[in-house]
Amino acid sequence: MKLPLPPLPPALLPRPKRPGEAEPVKPLDQVKEAGIATADWVDERTSLSGFARWVMFRKVPKGTNWFYTFGSATLFAFLSQAVTGVFLAMYYDPSITHAYESARHITNEVFLGEFVRGMHKWGSSVMVILIFLHMARTFLFGAYKYPRELNWLIGVVLLILTFVMSLTGYLLPFDQRSYWATVVAANINGTGPLVGPFLADFLRGGSEFGATTLSRFYAIHMLLVPGAIAALIGAHLYLVTKLGTTAPPWLKAESGNGIREERT
Amino acid sequence: MADVRRDPRSKYTLDRRMPGAFEGETVTRRRMMTLTAHGAGGLAVTAFTLPALGFAAGSALFDRPPVRWKPIGPTDDFPSDTYVPRVITEVAGIGQVGRTTIYVRKRSEDDPPPNPPGYDEQYIAVSTRCMHLGCPVRYIEAAQRFVCPCHGGVYDFNGSVDGGPPVRPLDRFYTRVRGDQVEVGARYSVNSEFRRYPSYRDPAQDLDGIGQYMYPGRFSTPKQD
Repeated sequence: MKLPLPPLPPALLPRPKRPGEAEPVKPLDQVKEAGIATADWVDERTSLSGFARWVMFRKVPKGTNWFYTFGSATLFAFLSQAVTGVFLAMYYDPSITHAYESARHITNEVFLGEFVRGMHKWGSSVMVILIFLHMARTFLFGAYKYPRELNWLIGVVLLILTFVMSLTGYLLPFDQRSYWATVVAANINGTGPLVGPFLADFLRGGSEFGATTLSRFYAIHMLLVPGAIAALIGAHLYLVTKLGTTAPPWLKAESGNGIREERT
Repeated sequence: MADVRRDPRSKYTLDRRMPGAFEGETVTRRRMMTLTAHGAGGLAVTAFTLPALGFAAGSALFDRPPVRWKPIGPTDDFPSDTYVPRVITEVAGIGQVGRTTIYVRKRSEDDPPPNPPGYDEQYIAVSTRCMHLGCPVRYIEAAQRFVCPCHGGVYDFNGSVDGGPPVRPLDRFYTRVRGDQVEVGARYSVNSEFRRYPSYRDPAQDLDGIGQYMYPGRFSTPKQD
């Protein structure tokens, strides 16, 4: 709808176009143009749009349903853990005498600290539950079969790495529960024949729970394993994109020999 | 004499029309450069990986922290028919976390002889580390038993397993008497016959039968000064 012009003196009214004059470029168009031009500039040098199309505009089989979203849900749980974890690290102090105090400080004194720590704490359980749901879907739908075996294996490694995250993160609040749970965990590792005793020493950083145990767990928790998880998620997603997803098992293959028209 | 080509042909030489290669040459310049580049890359990766791994694992596996003799009270404090709790610092420099409770009593006639012989202790200092998975046990006077809160491990007066999941008797500490003070030193493990293992094992590591070979002693055994 076009609004009527306000009653302006003739000098202020927009002047009608002269014949042969080009349409003036409006600022809004310039802004739009700038966005497209930037995207084009990047794309011309990287060909990223082809990759993006390859990732996003995939064919999915008929019958794809909500059970297929557990994988992305797990991915978002991981991203949430990563973001909250990075910001928790800004306030957390991994020294054996200050760890508990800094965790208490985060919960009780930092603005939104209890909320973000809660997100990280409960989010870890959510991530493990989602992984199991994702794994159950893959198993029950038979989506681990040829040619997707390698993706199943990568998923198993990701599951184990997530458990490592849960184990190492459990120590960080450094309260009684954390401490004794970690003592028990290190001793369980020690029960492996021949290598067990040395594995337990490696985890603890010595024969006793000592000054470096907490910082070891902290480094494993926030540097070593997250990097490995991110890299393997990349490989996992690459294979999903390359191999495509499977149809649910209750969907029968359609009979008939003729080549069907592709519906788009 | 006819010009005879030698068989078999090399993979790398001029007869394969490889540029820059001479007849009969096995390592061409191209191959040399490839090997050099790969070798240098491998060397560079090794040069930072090995020290880093050694740094992460070396001191954890091989450092032997020193143990001091710690006085825990006059000899009169410790009867032979019951245990007296004492708190000692097992790991120095980390505050409360390094402290642990031990139970101490005087050795009596009923105690098994030292095995192997040689170290004759007058006071018996029992660790509170449960030999199931390391939770802290507590001595219950009325039952004359050590009881673990985690999974129900029970030990008798000597520390032998009386029930539950623990695999061997409670660890002990070396003791000695200086003046009128009882002092405790390093931790040692015992098997079900109270044979001493100075390189103490972690909980859940069996020391009877095949267990003593499946769970070898650690390199990080603390050093008694």
